[in-house]
Amino acid sequence: MVDVTSSGTATVTLPTDEQILITREFDAPKHLVYKAWTTPELVKRWWNAKRGEVTIAEIDLRVGGMWRYVMVADGGFEVAFHGEYREIVPNERIVSTEVYEGIPDAEEHAALNTLTLTEVDGRTTLTVLVEHPTKEGRDAHINSGMEAGMQDAMDLLEQVAISLR
Amino acid sequence: MARAATTADAFNAVAEPRRRQILDVLVGGERPVNDLVGLLGLAQPQVSKHLRVLREVGVVDVRDEGRQRLYRLNGHALKPIHDWVKNYERSWSERFDRLDVVLEDLKQKEEGDGGRDE
Repeated sequence: MVDVTSSGTATVTLPTDEQILITREFDAPKHLVYKAWTTPELVKRWWNAKRGEVTIAEIDLRVGGMWRYVMVADGGFEVAFHGEYREIVPNERIVSTEVYEGIPDAEEHAALNTLTLTEVDGRTTLTVLVEHPTKEGRDAHINSGMEAGMQDAMDLLEQVAISLR
Repeated sequence: MARAATTADAFNAVAEPRRRQILDVLVGGERPVNDLVGLLGLAQPQVSKHLRVLREVGVVDVRDEGRQRLYRLNGHALKPIHDWVKNYERSWSERFDRLDVVLEDLKQKEEGDGGRDE
């Protein structure tokens, strides 16, 4: 068996121009991953990465319910995200919108995130598929601080990154 | 950060679909411009225009061989894009490393409770 008990690398792929797919395996059953994903006090412990402190984690886990996370980054600035739950299958799947509050017309640029959890032998494969509805939304969300159109570059990158090795 | 001119960096150079097609071809090796014209089904002036943009940001290099101008990919110029994806990947990896710790706690707690707590 492949050893992935300790820290692993999230795999990021770009299935289409509008999508980002993040994949990671965890050495835990899916009901615990789900719990860590949907419990505010637990989200506060991991969602910050190593880049700041999560000051607010609100989760109203029902279809139509809202979530909102606020992080104070180490540089002192605040970043906030919120969204609405669209589909909930306990321990298996959550579909929700994600709005980055730091951009103009943020709501129009909401991404649709699909979390899926698949368990085999007590280990869980987690995937997050991020889908952007429009080029504008996609660019604003993903490319903040970058030139527009950068996401388009990702298609190419998958092929070309190989040539960099 | 000030916005760069439209074609001033690798990100924008490859944002144009035709230019990505050119790079896709050049991944396979050096090519004269005529090959690109044939493969892409574009007029030569258009291909030349795209090649000029790619050359300006260093993504494509050119050399003369006899009467031909040969174009080739310079992968290192694409490194900023590669790095950007890596950075995105890293932030998720860091987040998930923390999630590992949370999950370990949950597993121990569950074992202590003698079963699932929900």
